[in-house]
Parts: sequence; C-alpha cells; structure tokens
Amino acid sequence: MIRLEKRPTPSRLLTGLTPILAVLLTMIVGGLMFWILGKPPVEAIRIIFWDPLFDPNFAAYSRPQLLVKAGPLILIAIGLSMGFRAGIWNIGAEGQYIMGAIFGAAAALAVYPKESALIFPAMIIAGAFGGWLWAMIPAILRTRFNTNEILVSLMLVYVAESILASVSQGLLKNPEGYGFPGSRNLQQYPSAANVEILPNSGMHWGVVAAFIAVIFAYVLLTRHTRGFEIRLTGEAPKAARFAGVNPTRIIVFCLGLSGALAGMAGMFEVAGPAGQITIDFNSGYGFTAIIVAFLGRLHPIGILLASLLMALTYIGGELAQLMLGLPGASIQLFQGMLLFFLLATDVFTNYRIKLGRTKLGGSQ
Amino acid sequence: MSFKNLITGAIAAAAMAGSAFAQDVTVGFVYVGPVGDGGWTYEHNKGRLAVEEHFGDRVKTIYQESVPEGADSERVMTQMALQGADLIFTTSFGYMDPTINVAAKFPNVKFEHATGYKRADNVSTYSARFYEGRAVQGHIAGRMTKTNKIGYIGSFPIPEVIRGINSAYIHAKKVNPDVEFNIVWAYTWFDPAKEADAAKALIEQGADVILQHTDSTAPQAAAEQAGNVVTFGQASDMSEYAPFPRVSSIIDDWAPYYIARTQAVLDGTWTSVDTWDGIGAGMVGIGEISSAVPADVKAEAEALRDALASGEYHAFTGPLNKQDGSAWLADGETADDGTLAGMNFYVEGLTATIPN
Repeated sequence: MIRLEKRPTPSRLLTGLTPILAVLLTMIVGGLMFWILGKPPVEAIRIIFWDPLFDPNFAAYSRPQLLVKAGPLILIAIGLSMGFRAGIWNIGAEGQYIMGAIFGAAAALAVYPKESALIFPAMIIAGAFGGWLWAMIPAILRTRFNTNEILVSLMLVYVAESILASVSQGLLKNPEGYGFPGSRNLQQYPSAANVEILPNSGMHWGVVAAFIAVIFAYVLLTRHTRGFEIRLTGEAPKAARFAGVNPTRIIVFCLGLSGALAGMAGMFEVAGPAGQITIDFNSGYGFTAIIVAFLGRLHPIGILLASLLMALTYIGGELAQLMLGLPGASIQLFQGMLLFFLLATDVFTNYRIKLGRTKLGGSQ
Repeated sequence: MSFKNLITGAIAAAAMAGSAFAQDVTVGFVYVGPVGDGGWTYEHNKGRLAVEEHFGDRVKTIYQESVPEGADSERVMTQMALQGADLIFTTSFGYMDPTINVAAKFPNVKFEHATGYKRADNVSTYSARFYEGRAVQGHIAGRMTKTNKIGYIGSFPIPEVIRGINSAYIHAKKVNPDVEFNIVWAYTWFDPAKEADAAKALIEQGADVILQHTDSTAPQAAAEQAGNVVTFGQASDMSEYAPFPRVSSIIDDWAPYYIARTQAVLDGTWTSVDTWDGIGAGMVGIGEISSAVPADVKAEAEALRDALASGEYHAFTGPLNKQDGSAWLADGETADDGTLAGMNFYVEGLTATIPN
C-alpha cells in the first residue's frame, strides 16, 4: 500500500529540485505527445530548448528576444510573488498590465508631438500609477468589505479589456489611422519610444527595470522589516497579528506593488516592442507570470530564471511550429505541462511516500 | 542502349532530381487564429494548401497559427525570414506595423499584408471587396424578412464593417422601403458565446434575418433553434446550416491571389501592389443560394451578383445621402476607393450611431 505522509518540515532539497524535475518530465511527456503527433520528438525538444540559444541561423536574433519576452514576465511575477508569499492572491495582473499601458501611452499621446526628456520618465510614473490604481480596487474592497481579491482582480481583467477596446477606437485612436482602431505608434515618437539601449541586445528600459526589481525584491525579502512581515503573514498569520503586523497595510502594499509593477511592464511593452495600443494589445503576460512566480518558487532569483525558461519555451515553441509544422495548441499544451508537473512534484516537498501499512490505523 | 541515350537519360534524371530537390520558393503564412476556426484563418489556410497543391515540389509553405498581434508577430515574421522564406503573407490587420518593421530589415523578402494600408517596396497589401457580397445579402434579406427587422452582428466599428452594414442596408432598403436595421457590436472576431448572445438578443427584438460580420457558426445555431430566422454564412460557406437557416454566404477565396503572387516571385516579376478584388476576380464568392429562397428572389440576387462581378453595377451608386442628411453621391455617381477604405459614417436611413 502506498500512502503519503506529511513531512515535519518541507524538504529543502526537493524545493530546489522539483522545478528541474518538472522540466525533465515535461520534456519526456511533451516528447511523447510530439511523437504521437507524428513529429520527431528529440528534434522537437532540441528546437525548443537548444536552437533559440545556439542555432547559427537564429541564435543571434532569438537570444536578445529572450530578454524582450522575459522582461515583462519578470516585472509582473516579482510583484505577484510578494502577494503570494503573504497569501494575497492577485490573479488580475493582466488587467493591471493593460491599464498601465493605457495610462503610459495616454501620458505620451497627450503631449504628442512635443519632444522632451521628461516624457519617458512621466510615462513610467503614469504606467505604474495606472496599474496601481487598478490593483487598489480589489485592495480596498478586500480591506473594507472583505471581498475575495481573487475574484475581483480576475473580473477586473475583463473590464480592463473592454476599456482597452474602447480607447483604441476612441480616446487614443490614431487620428491619421484612416478610422482603424489603434493608437499612434510610439516607436515613431522619439521622446516616448522605449528603445534598445544597445542595438540588437534586446535590452530595453523594461528589461533594466526588471533586473532592478529582482534586486529590490531580494533586498526587501531578506533585509527589510516589510519583507519579514510579508513572509510572516503568509507562513503564520496568527503570529503575524500577535507581532503587530497590520494586515490591511500588508494587503494594500502587496496589491499596490504588484499592480504598479504590472502597470510598468505594460507601459514598457506599449512604448517598445508592441509600439501601440490596439484592441488585442495584451497577450497573456499577466497570466503567464502566475506560472512563472510559482515555477521560480516565489524567490526573486528563481523568478528571473523561470522567466527566461518560459521565454525560451515561447520562442523555441514558435521555431518548432515553423520548422516542424507542429500545431500551435500543442505548444500551449507543452507549456501547461510545465505548471502541471511542477504542482504534481511539489507534493513531494511537503509529503513523502510511505510503503506498507499505517501504524496508527489511519486511512487505509 | 546507345551512349547518346544514356547521356540524355542521365541529364534528364539530373534535371528531374534538381527540380525535385530545389524548392525554388518558401512561402510563409502568419495566422491570427487557429487553422481550425472554420472562418477567417481557415480560409487563408485553404489558400495556403492550394498553393502547395498548385506548385508541388517547387514551393514549400510554412505557417504559424494563433499569433498575437504586436511584438510577438514581429518575432514570428523575423524568424520566418531568417528561416529562408521568400514571400510572407501576414493575414490580420493588426500585423500592419510589425510587417512594415520586419520588411525594412529584410529587403530581399517580399511581404503581403491583408486588409492594411501601409505599403513599402517589398510590402504589398491585399483585401477583398466583401461589401459586394453584402449587397447581394442585403437584397435577399430585404426580400425575405416578414417583420421588416434585420439584425446585424458587427465585430468592431471599423471601416470594413461599416462598409458592409451600409452596403447591406442600401440594397435591403431598395427592395423593401420599410426595412429597419438593428446593429449589435460583439467587439470580437471570433467568440461563439458572445455571438450567440448577440443573435438571441436580436431575435428577441423581432429580427427574422441575421447578418453577421463575426466568424463563428454560433449565430447560425441560434437561428436554427429559433426556427424561422434567416442567416448567411460568413467568411466560410457554413453549408452545414443550409438550406435553412443559412440561405447563402460570403466566402473569402484567397487561393487565386496566393497562387498568382507565388508565381510572381517564382518568375521574378513581383512588385509592390495594392490589391482590392471583389466578386469579379473571384476573391469574394457568393455561396449557393439555397432552396429556401423563392426562385424569383434567387434570380434577382444572381443577377445582382453578376452585375457586380462584371463591373456594370457598383454597390455604392448615387443618389445616396449620409446619415445626417448631407449629400454624399449624386445620381449615378459611384463611391471612390479612398472614401470606401476609410468609411466612418452610416448612410441615410440607418438609425443607429457608430460607437467609439
């Protein structure tokens, strides 16, 4: 008889090991899926994980693209991880990302076509403010009326999407766009453009901000009282209350920070790689960042690595589609497996497998 | 076997091997939806398969489906170009700026962007005059309605959709002066749940004909359930709902264009052009008018279709006023392509307002 027994403390070894185990299992089962689809499994796995980094044809282009794709994931996931550690579940980063992009772009378009060195910093502040504002709605509802922040923040994603559709056809519509929806392209507005700092490096200001966020989060969690309070609230809520931690303040701080970072990510995206506000501007970064946060064990360095890995599966997945004609859905399935196996193997950090009969005559 | 024959045979074999192995041209397709969406992307993919079939070994096609508009599409196009694509079709309006950006980086690769208006030396644009098909639909709708209420499911209030509404209305009104249009905006191209809700709301408000500018078959299913509501297939024939409620359809047929443009690259004659073809060139097809339509209405609709195809009649022919009553087209005057391309107003008689 096989049963699970709770470990007295979570296994530290497995905490570090399960992400790697999950990647390996994803490779094996994913490879099996590709094989069933009639595609060469080893080649598919190689294209996804190896070619974007080392293929002579693509690497020079796709390596910098890893940073472009990982940048917003890092920013959002760092913010989310703070809340997740404290047991505050912001599921609506996608909406905060959209609002940040709208606020950031609106700040630039309001003064178009003036050129000034102040415009870009103002956009960053506006973007962060937009995301923060959107996250304050679930924060206030939670602290005032004790509503569930998971539902509220998630539902607000759909509200944000509707606002996005509205502004791209109204308020922010490009007046020279022949009536088509979508704003002016900020890439063509020098003061507002989020350009690569070095050509072909992939390093735009959003990636820089992401790295700063990693360092900031690391210091906050390990060296700062607020970081300690966050961890305490999540791990031992009662102890936290006895220690005088104000739960309202923690909720507002965590939701506000994750909203502001998601908003900044949206702003950097709209001013750089995406270029313009359109009806379909958002492409799921806010939801993918949830996977990234857990894959990275809610740890800043872990999130950095998990974002790069996720970016790799995106870019490699696209290459595999192109080169092997794999269906797009199979790549999404492949990415979903990653989270599935992570959660599945995580069980073993908290539980261990016991063989044989239970001594205390418990569950059989 | 003589020596001469042997040599000729060897040369022939080498030539055949050469043509079998040398793929002269690689053509890439970037799709916004999955190839199985049954509508927009499905028809573009049919065009791709037609290219493969037509050229055989001379052409290799590659594609990527469900590519989000914006930064991701730019990367997908770049990777296609790096992989050696000679010609890339980008099949959604939102790919416009990314297409222009990537084309600037790969001057030797040809790009074709669907439904946009930005061109470059190596970027063409192409679109279909769907409004010609809308004229035929409007005519049938105007003749078929008993409640004189026609429901219209719009996707987004952009010129292409507004053009379709105007064209359908003009031709419905021509055969039925009492006709009214009720327009619902779904703000999506493909969302079966939303489209079904929109169709049900329109039917509840008394519409007995539903026109749709969204891609799923959900409105067809809703009409079938209601029992006495007429529909038209959109983008794809949707013949599984024929002969009723689906009485006809507008079909996007990209195959002839894709084959012609691929041929142009093979021949080295490709140049940047702006193509806007309609029924005449075969880019817009009118799906079979079913037996549920009375024979005289069917004959009229087919005559209208043929007149549009031959160019003898234009779907926007004056006298026509704008919604606010101001004059637009004088008697016998036809709309110019510039006005049509940026159409942002309703014609006189429509009671709705264009949202923004």
